[in-house]
Amino acid sequence: MDWDKLVQLIVNGLTLGGVYALVALGFSMVYGILKLLNLAHGDVVMVGAFIGWGVLGWLGGAQDPAVAVWLLITLMVLAAMVGCGFIGVAIERFAYRPLRRAPRIAPLISALGVSFFIQNSVLLLFGANFRSYESFDLVDVGIGISWGPLNVWILRVVVFVSALAMMLGLWLLVTRTKLGKAMRATAFDREAAAMMGIDVDRVIVRTFFIGSALAGAAGVLIGLVFGSINHFMGFGYGLKGFTAAVVGGIGSIPGAMLGGLLIGLAEALSVGYIEDVTGRIADLTGGRFPRLGSQFSDLVVFLILIGFMLLRPQGILGKREVKKV
Amino acid sequence: MSEAPSGPRIGVDEWVASAEERRQKTLSARAERAFERVPPAAKLALLAIPFALYPFLVEDPYLMQVGINTLIFVLLALGLNVAVGWVGLLDLGYVAFFGLGAYLYAAVASDYAGRHWDGALAIPAIAVTVAVAGFLLGLPSRRLVGDYLAIVTLFFLQLFLVILINSTFTRGPNGISDIRPLTLLGREITSLDGYYWTALVALVTVVVVLYLVNQSRTGRAWRALREDELAAELMTMPVNRLKLMAFAFGASIAGVAGAIYAPAQGAIFPASFDLILLITVYAMLVLGGAGSLLGATVGAVIISASLEALRDPEDASWLVYIAVVLVLLVLIKPWWRGLAVLGATAALGLLVHEAAERWWPSLVEGTTFGQARIDRLVDGWVLMPADFVTEEGLPAGAAARITYLLFVASVLALTLIRSSLWRTVAFVPVLYLAAVVWQNLMLPQPAVARFILMGALLVALMAYRPQGLFGKARVEIV
Repeated sequence: MDWDKLVQLIVNGLTLGGVYALVALGFSMVYGILKLLNLAHGDVVMVGAFIGWGVLGWLGGAQDPAVAVWLLITLMVLAAMVGCGFIGVAIERFAYRPLRRAPRIAPLISALGVSFFIQNSVLLLFGANFRSYESFDLVDVGIGISWGPLNVWILRVVVFVSALAMMLGLWLLVTRTKLGKAMRATAFDREAAAMMGIDVDRVIVRTFFIGSALAGAAGVLIGLVFGSINHFMGFGYGLKGFTAAVVGGIGSIPGAMLGGLLIGLAEALSVGYIEDVTGRIADLTGGRFPRLGSQFSDLVVFLILIGFMLLRPQGILGKREVKKV
Repeated sequence: MSEAPSGPRIGVDEWVASAEERRQKTLSARAERAFERVPPAAKLALLAIPFALYPFLVEDPYLMQVGINTLIFVLLALGLNVAVGWVGLLDLGYVAFFGLGAYLYAAVASDYAGRHWDGALAIPAIAVTVAVAGFLLGLPSRRLVGDYLAIVTLFFLQLFLVILINSTFTRGPNGISDIRPLTLLGREITSLDGYYWTALVALVTVVVVLYLVNQSRTGRAWRALREDELAAELMTMPVNRLKLMAFAFGASIAGVAGAIYAPAQGAIFPASFDLILLITVYAMLVLGGAGSLLGATVGAVIISASLEALRDPEDASWLVYIAVVLVLLVLIKPWWRGLAVLGATAALGLLVHEAAERWWPSLVEGTTFGQARIDRLVDGWVLMPADFVTEEGLPAGAAARITYLLFVASVLALTLIRSSLWRTVAFVPVLYLAAVVWQNLMLPQPAVARFILMGALLVALMAYRPQGLFGKARVEIV
């Protein structure tokens, strides 16, 4: 057993999981309140990554930053959060609010249109080339935590810790503030909440702002750790974010965190081991089963999703909903 | 003895009934009633005649190819209509079934696979296999609401593409290129005309089958399910079985379309079955009107033809300007106000262009990418800043990108204006900005611009006319 590899994969998985959890949170919050699958959420992540990239270029680029590196990263994340927050609000206002009373399928189709519009707008404005954050120039790979077999690049630590910090902040917001109470009330029963004097529309707008801001932050973190971004990246991250939210229990904040980490770990481990495992199975069975490369890690995530749908459709922490008539 | 019913009528929601009554008086409702009186066979003939005439009017092989693709698109839209339009299930993995059909055809009739099945055997076999695949995919999400189905199917599409791209037996991104021509009962089809007729025969068959299914017990059950799942279940309808059936049925139509597409193209690639195709087919269905066979057909033809025209820089500008003028005249009432807006926009443009020429000449020194006559015509009207776009047609700097964002924001803001007079006035600068964005930023990249327009079309349709061109407006019963 190669322990170094395992440790490294777990570190990768946790980083990836932190990002997925952030994406899953925004998705889960919106679903909790509107019972709406925001299919454009992944593209908000992508826009966040591009905003971060724009700020990086504007402040001198990775080789020659005009300000201290920590400040630069903070500014990138903040700009992406604010920008994406407003994009989220615009999406809600123009694509979903007119359809609040429409059949369930209508906002989903509208979301497809929004997603396609955003993707192709970015393609029009920035072209199809991959863009790089050049984070290796920004923060040297040698800098980091090193303890036994553990060698972690500091940027990975930053990503994981800031993802956790944002989740904690969101948790406090939802459980301790007046807005959080209003959000929970709206999620529980929108009409009753409106009758209790809660401005439901305002709560929904703020939910979209917060969820999309988290997605924007996730976009910058992705750019920092995984390097390159392009107009199509939102699809994959959105999909994994949805999966994480479903696995963790849709509508539940701790569930989204757990689901994100689980999916991140599952993906990292299957990237690392799927070749060995399927190779060994192929050897044992005389080549009856195919050998799969690391590109097939999505297969494992998909099987986890299917497994949860069959065995525990409400997710790890979700509550089984009883349909009321 | 006719007694006017007093009090609430049983089984009729009053609000819905009054909405329906008001709708019956409109012109479109009258046209619809007249259309409903036409016997179905005549309707089918009316629908088929333009398609049947097409090959006689067109000589150009490229246009013939476009015709075949359009027929495939119509088949796809009709298949998607079963799940989305009739039952109300959001199937986001739909094009994977199309791809599955195409790759299955390659597996039974290509030099690569070393087999050559007859089409009369291959197509039904593929239809059944793909239907089974659809059934299996629908199984895990059977207990759940539509949203979960959307995630599972979207993920399935992603996985399908991953497998196609990374597997050796599908030859990865290079695709399979030595597909044998379709053989029907021993006769090999080699000409484009032959494929066109094959696709048309398949289309007519599918339309007849769909019509009969829609009139049947199952069809009624599907529609009941869409309107109110719970009520349908209480009426002892087997909800899950019906959903899976619709799902598998739609998938098998996509499979047939794939089995015709593969030999007609001669080569298939994973990139042909991606998200772009999915959204295109959705746009077709929504534009035409989900739930209507005629709507799905017309929507597919319109979108397919527009996408084709927008690809060509010779036609793109014409199409866009004509579409904008038509939409304006329909949208702004009364009609003379629409004309006034157009006139004012033209005047504004001349004014702005004149002012720019005098004081900021760099704003008009750019060169146009357009090749049509209309592009040279608007050159003296629309601002063309120098160095706005690079030679490849990408925006050169922040100014160009900000112009685009400003345009999007102004269109969104326009929809927020309540007063119809001010909205009409606001149309003028927005239209001019639209012309600037189109000529400077979108025309250099028509392939991308057409997808932006399609995405915007989907959102706008859902917000303003969710029933599309031919669908029936549905009143949601709360």
